[in-house]
Amino acid sequence: MDYAIVVALEMVRAVAWLVLLAAGLAIIFGMMRVINFAHGEFLMLGGYTVVVSTGAGVNEWVAILLLAPLVVGLFGVVVERLVIRQLYGRMLDSLLATWGLSMLMIGGVTLIFGNTVQGVATPFGGVRIGTYQMPIYNFVLIFFAAAILLAVWAVLKFTRAGLIARATMQNPNMAETLGIRTTLVYMATFGIGSAVTGLAGGLLAPVTGVVPAMGASLVGQSFITVITGGAAVITGTLSSATILGTISQGTTFWAGPVYGDAALLVVALILLRILPQGITGRIFKRAL
Amino acid sequence: MPEPLLQTVALHGGYGGKPVLQGVDIAVNEGEIVAIIGRNGVGKSTLMKTLIGLLPSQSGSVRVRGQPVDGLSAHRRARLGIGYVPQGRDVFPRMTVLENLLVGQSISGRTLEGKLAEVHHHFPILRERAGQRAGTLSGGQQQQLAIGRVLMGGPSLVLLDEPSEGIQPNIVQSIARIMVDLNAKSGLGVVFVEQNIDMIRAMAQRCYVMDKGRITAALTRADLDDQDRIRSYLSV
Repeated sequence: MDYAIVVALEMVRAVAWLVLLAAGLAIIFGMMRVINFAHGEFLMLGGYTVVVSTGAGVNEWVAILLLAPLVVGLFGVVVERLVIRQLYGRMLDSLLATWGLSMLMIGGVTLIFGNTVQGVATPFGGVRIGTYQMPIYNFVLIFFAAAILLAVWAVLKFTRAGLIARATMQNPNMAETLGIRTTLVYMATFGIGSAVTGLAGGLLAPVTGVVPAMGASLVGQSFITVITGGAAVITGTLSSATILGTISQGTTFWAGPVYGDAALLVVALILLRILPQGITGRIFKRAL
Repeated sequence: MPEPLLQTVALHGGYGGKPVLQGVDIAVNEGEIVAIIGRNGVGKSTLMKTLIGLLPSQSGSVRVRGQPVDGLSAHRRARLGIGYVPQGRDVFPRMTVLENLLVGQSISGRTLEGKLAEVHHHFPILRERAGQRAGTLSGGQQQQLAIGRVLMGGPSLVLLDEPSEGIQPNIVQSIARIMVDLNAKSGLGVVFVEQNIDMIRAMAQRCYVMDKGRITAALTRADLDDQDRIRSYLSV
């Protein structure tokens, strides 16, 4: 019984993990059709923001929940203005440009902070479930993954900004002729997507530790989740994270983490073979 | 003599390379309904896109109340009071009818008091279907939605690109009647591209004929009663 609870909780944590990794990327890809290849480095930047600011004596929660999204969000706005804006509608070019940006960021951060792992203390301790021990921080991750999806959904569904963002996403030219300044919408969308990524990077830092090249190991899972989910930001992210997270975590329990990672890739391959446009390309097509 | 509301001077434009528009001169005054007719492929839709700013002017200029707007992007022109209803309507398919209308208010950045009620008065179907996804409407309903959406921003002039295309005749007539009504009551200007003779005759106060990227004739209301002459401009 205890074991079943632990397995279930670990599966939910795995889903939350993928949601956190993918949410910011999904916003940018789903709304703007821009593939941000520097996504992993945006996560890394969120992590370093937490390391540096807690090192300077800032409260850890302030660093994670406020500074990480703020710093990475502003960085995203600058990147949008300088790089992405020049390359709208040229998916391959923007992919190459952001790949270059990712190398630049890795190099820059290595230059400043060195190529060493910097740890961040994991807040809270553990909780006992029968004979098993589970970090309370897992529940923090699950909570914020849910909160991010809920917040994005509420903004898109109920606010004027969300209305304008959806219109721009569905038909930018038409939105423009209705008086919407689409360049501003894109800048804001990229900034918000980056801020969500920064928040995720901050939240993951205590678990993963922080190192300049950490993005490379995270970006794969992020992309697989987004592409498997398809264009719908919320339903796509949630459905693909749920399928991939439960199956890979289930396999991990059954056969070990290497098989878990392999299972994630195999499932993603099969899903994309059946649904090349992602889950929301065929199912839940009308969802947000 | 006040400046025309919308004017083009030796306007050239198109998709790069050889321009589609080869020097278009038109002038539309406040409160006029003007048709632009011509065969397929003579540049009518290109003209509309260049007027609203989805395509750049390559030379010559587009003027709104005498001021050149060639350097302005489409959203700035929209905010000067130019509305645009594209060929094929382009409603936002995954948004509801009501949401589509609300997007139309982005022009002013605020809610125009009573606009929604006014649009619903002219197009009652948009009230009945308020919660339905726009992509599931019929062609005629989508056309009414596209026009209602642009009216939400309170434009002084609306550009309509082939409003009758793919729509059943009774809806065409009712759209024409509503536009004439709006023009009479609130002085809304309309410039529309059309090949449907009934719609041209039902709406237009005067008419430009376009061929090979130029205006080749200007017709008065009286000329429009000469059916054979109109047909000769439209047929291949």
